[in-house]
Order: sequence, then structure tokens, then C-alpha cells
Amino acid sequence: MALRRKKQRNFRTKNAVPTYLYLIILSIIIIYPVLITVSSAFQTSDVTSFLLRFSTNWTLDNFGRLFRETLYGTWYKNTIIIAFWTTVIQTFVITLAGYVYSRFKFVGKKGSLIFFLIIQMVPTMAALTAFYVMANLLNALDQYWFLTVLYIGGGIPMSTWLMKGYFDTVPYDLDESAKLDGAGNFRIFWQIVLPLVKPMIAVQALKSFMGPFGDYLMSKFLLRNDVHYTVAVGLQTFISDPKSQEVVLFAAGSILIAVPICILFFYLQKYFVKGLVSGGTKG
Amino acid sequence: MKKKKGLAPYLSIIPGLGQFYNGQIAKGIVFLALFIIMVVELALFGVSSLISLVTLGTVPFQDNSLFLMIKGTMQLIITVVFVMFYVMNIVDASHTAKKVERGEKIPISWGEFMHSIGDSGFPYLLSTPAYLLMLFTIVFPALVTLFMAFTNYGFLNNPPAHLLKWVGFKNFFSMFMLSGYKQTFLTVFGWTIVWTLCATTLQIFLGIMTAVVLNQDYIKFKRIFGVIFLLPWAIPSFISIMSFSNIFNDSAGAMNVQVLGLLNHIPGVSIPPIAWLTDPMWTKVAIILIQGWLGFPYVYVLVTGILQSIPNELYEAATMDGATVLQKFNHITFPMILAVASPFFVTQYTFNFNNFSMIYLFNNGGPGDVGGGAGGTDILISWIYKLTTGSAPQYSIAAALTLLISVIIISISLIVFKKTKAFDLEG
Repeated sequence: MALRRKKQRNFRTKNAVPTYLYLIILSIIIIYPVLITVSSAFQTSDVTSFLLRFSTNWTLDNFGRLFRETLYGTWYKNTIIIAFWTTVIQTFVITLAGYVYSRFKFVGKKGSLIFFLIIQMVPTMAALTAFYVMANLLNALDQYWFLTVLYIGGGIPMSTWLMKGYFDTVPYDLDESAKLDGAGNFRIFWQIVLPLVKPMIAVQALKSFMGPFGDYLMSKFLLRNDVHYTVAVGLQTFISDPKSQEVVLFAAGSILIAVPICILFFYLQKYFVKGLVSGGTKG
Repeated sequence: MKKKKGLAPYLSIIPGLGQFYNGQIAKGIVFLALFIIMVVELALFGVSSLISLVTLGTVPFQDNSLFLMIKGTMQLIITVVFVMFYVMNIVDASHTAKKVERGEKIPISWGEFMHSIGDSGFPYLLSTPAYLLMLFTIVFPALVTLFMAFTNYGFLNNPPAHLLKWVGFKNFFSMFMLSGYKQTFLTVFGWTIVWTLCATTLQIFLGIMTAVVLNQDYIKFKRIFGVIFLLPWAIPSFISIMSFSNIFNDSAGAMNVQVLGLLNHIPGVSIPPIAWLTDPMWTKVAIILIQGWLGFPYVYVLVTGILQSIPNELYEAATMDGATVLQKFNHITFPMILAVASPFFVTQYTFNFNNFSMIYLFNNGGPGDVGGGAGGTDILISWIYKLTTGSAPQYSIAAALTLLISVIIISISLIVFKKTKAFDLEG
């Protein structure tokens, strides 16, 4: 026994060096590009290359320029408006639908959600034209509501699926006893089950809020006027033209998006991970 | 009053009448009203829209085939909803009639009718908004793509100056037979497969490796490493990709200037600047590496969860039997990971198969040109995007390609989901 333990310890010391070497090298590979973007955001505007710099003349000027000289502030506001409505409506819709899928038997229950999950895998690229024409017919080109509806609908199958899973974790006995006490469907839903899944509703809400910040494709195609851009489309204009790249502005603009999103992500991380793993070990 | 058996469903050929016959005046009025609205809609717009979907218009400039097709598709969806209501109405009349026969109580008055909506109609009421939104945002584009793939819609045949025509499987034939498209298709498809396999396998390999390494119990600063390894997942990917596109800039990017500069300090190493963005081969290398960077945290998190659920006794027993570390990994750890995570891994493969933003935002699918408007690093999905949005759009070819991709992705996913019972709704 003692021998085995000694062997194990030997193995550990031998193993520790490559282990830590691997972890440190991987950490550098991850941090290095992130630091480049962060440090570029504080460089003077004559900097045109994307390098990690340790120079001392750091400046906050780029952040001021973003709001003074570019439409960045407008883009940010646009994105928040779209994200806000996406969050409110999508959360409402998927909470209702998830509850129904968890608690009721009804015609088409088994097939319908799977049907939508499958149809959703058809890429929308080729149908962009269809959305464009629809937007034209409805006079909705450059209008946020149209884009918002697309964001809401696209996320429904997967989010409903997840919400159903959360509702499943609330014991059915609660519903049953409430029903015996004479509570109607609405009361059971509103007063008994809903309060118990509040944390998960918050997670879903924040997830749907983050969605429009990350989308490039739809907004690029349906928002034609630069005052209507979202941040993803707007940021790209800083670096898309090789002759007039504004890498420092791009970096500064990126930070203002990435920092809040990262904070949200790390705040919610344990829920993401929990959902992922429980879903995984269940199957 | 003696009622005739089974008459109600026949009366419901005109919705509402069967309900009246059953004595449900309130429900009957609502059904009849809905029916009238539907008939009016069909008479005023519906029927002509559906006919136009078949003919796609007859007079150039006056009839815009594209608009007709899109309106027709919308109408088709609306009509299906009508038909579903119609069927439901007949089923309802028949069910209620049976209840009456058995002497059960049925909702009669307005109050009772409203109550029954909150009761047996509750699931339908709550899921309707979700269904309507999904019909418009998911089913509608998929149907339009399906229809478009069988027309001759392209920049040479563009409404309203030209009418669109149904051309059967012609687009699919040109994809596989026509020399120009066939060559491009094979090149792009080949690279799509290589890209999917390499990038995804890299991210899975890195993820598993990192999880296994970090999960050893003697490691210090686990939390710090954990946070660092989550960063690529936390940062919005379009920002990372655009940043990498700057970092890999041929002349001024950090990759050539700093990283290679540093490596060249090592005695005996001398690497000339690499044409990351101007040589297709190097762009391919770059995007595979970057995807590994972007995608491994997800796998790492998943695998960490699985590792922590493997009972320690297994390893202890193996140690007793004198198993080496490698043997333990091969016979315990790896099979456990695969058993739980393989459906997630497959989703990663299908995700990368359609990973538009990586290809498009890094280098626009370029450099170079492999014909048919596709760049040297374009995968099918970004080629489709270019076919739809480029200066000489080929919409119907793009739609046909989309269908092809969809068939591939959906069949793979279905096999996996079926195997893992992920969609077992009763579970």
C-alpha cells in the first residue's frame, strides 16, 4: 500500500511539470489575442496594426471618438431596443409554451415541437430574399419590429425545449394538490409553478437578450441604412474597408460590447453548465 | 328531444352548425364567425394567391412572380391553419355529440364556454403564440426555399421584367452535371467536409484534453484556469473572429509580427512571414486553428461535468489491478465521455458544417476564386450567401444547395437524436 502511494506521488511530481506547462501555454494562447484587442482600444488613432503593446501613452480618446465621430452610440441604442423587445416577447412566449409541453397532453404534442426543431435546421440564407420581399410588402425594411419578430421566432423551438425541461423539475404533486383545492389552470400556473422556475426564466431572458448582439447575418441584410445598424454590423464597417481601417475604434467598440456580455455570461455560467450536464447525463 | 346519432359531425361541414345541434350556442357562434372570416379571406385574397403560386403570373412587369410566390407561400400556410381548424371543428362536434349521448355535462352558456377554454383549451391557448411565430419565422422561409429551388430565379431571369417558371429538378441537375457548377460544387463541398472534420475534431480534442488535465485533484488555481478557459465562449464570437482577422493580417498583424518574430528568436528557427489572408491554404489553416480556440470551451465544460460524475471507485479498482494512467483513460474515461457526450459532439459537427460567421467574417470566404462566385475558403453555406447577395445572384441554385445541406444535416441529426432518445417527449 505504502509502495503504491509512493508510486502515485512519484507519478504526480513527474506529471505536474507537463500538466502545468500545458495549462499555462493554453492560457497564454487564450489571453494573448484578447489582450491585443483590449490594449488596442487604448492606443492613439495613428495605430493601424493589431499588436500587443505595452507603451505608456494609453488614452481613452477612442471611446470618446466612438460616440462623437461615429454612429456607434446609435447602433448600441438600436441593438438594445431590439434585444429588449426580443427578450420580453420571447420569454413570455416560451414560458407559456414550455409549461404546456411539460404539463399537458394535447393533440400534436409529440410531433409539433420536433417538427419545428427539424425545420429550423434548414438554413435561412436562401430565404433571405423572401424575408426581404416580405419586409418590402409590409413596408418593414429598416424597421426593428420585423427583425425582432425574426429573432423571437428563430429561438423558440430550442428555448421552449429547455423551458419544458425546467418545468419538468417542478413536482407534479404541487399541481395535483392545488387542483384538489379547486385552483384553476391559470392560478396553478401563475401562483404555484411559475414562482418555482423564476431563476430559469431569468436565465432564458438573459440568453435571448444576448442573441441580437451576436447576430450579423439578418441585421446586415434587413437593415440598409447605417443609422439603423446594430452593433455587429456597425463594428464591421470599421475594419471592412482595407484602405481605411480603424482598428483602434473597432477594438474600443468591441470592448463595450464584450465586457457586459462576458459579465452576464460568467454570472449565468453555472446555469449554462448545469443545464448542459444534466441534459447530457440524462440522455 | 330525441337527437339523431352521429348527425353533428356531418352538420359541422359548415362549422358551428354541429355545435348548435349539440346545444352549444356560444361555441357555435364563435365557430361560425371564424368560418365566415376564413371564407371571406379565401374568396378575396386566398384563392387567387394560391392560383398565382401555381402559375407564377402571366404578364411580365404586371405580375411580379417573386411577390406572387411569396404571397402564395404565406397563403398556403394560412390555408393549412384553416384546414386544421376545420378538422378540429368536426372532431369537436363528434366528441361532444358522444358526450351528450352518454349524458355527460357539456359547456352550454357563454360563461361555461369561456371556462372550458381555460380548462381543456388551456394548452392550445398558451402555445398558440409560439406556433404562430414559428410558422412565420421558421416554416415560411423553409417553404420559400423549397419552392425557389424548383424555379429559374436568378439575375438573368429577374422579376418583374421576367416571369419565373417552374423548372422541376433542373437546378439540381446543373449542380451535379453542368461543368462550371459541378466543378465549384465539388471543390466547395470537399473543403466543407475537410473543414468540418478538422475544426470540430480539433475543438473536441482540445476540450477533452483540457478537461482531463484540469480535473486532476492536485492542481492549484483551478478556478483561475477555469475562468480563462471559458473566455472564448463568453466573448461574442463575431468580435473574436473580426479581431483574429486583424491579428492574422499579412503585413501588420500580431501573428506575423509578434508571434513569428518571437519564434524566430529561437536559434535555428527562421520562419518568413506567412500569407495568412492571401494564400487560401494558410487561411484554411488559420480558420481551423481559430475554430479550435473558439469551440473548445464548450466541450471542456461538458466533459468536466461528465468526469465529475464518474465514480471514483472505478479508478480505484483499476489502480488495484495495476492499470496505467493511459489504460485508465482508454478503458474508463474515454468510453464514459463518448457515451454521454457523443450527441453533443455530433451537434458540434453539424454546427461547423454551417458555420457561416467563421468563414465569412474572417476573410470573406476568400482569398481566391474557385468559380461560381465562391472564394477559396468558402464552405457551402457561405457560398449560398454569396449566391444570394452577390452582384450576379443565382437564387434558385442557392435554394437547391440549401435543400441539399438541409437533407444532410437533418438526416444526421435525426439518426443521432433517435439513437439517444433525446426527443422522447414522454421521458
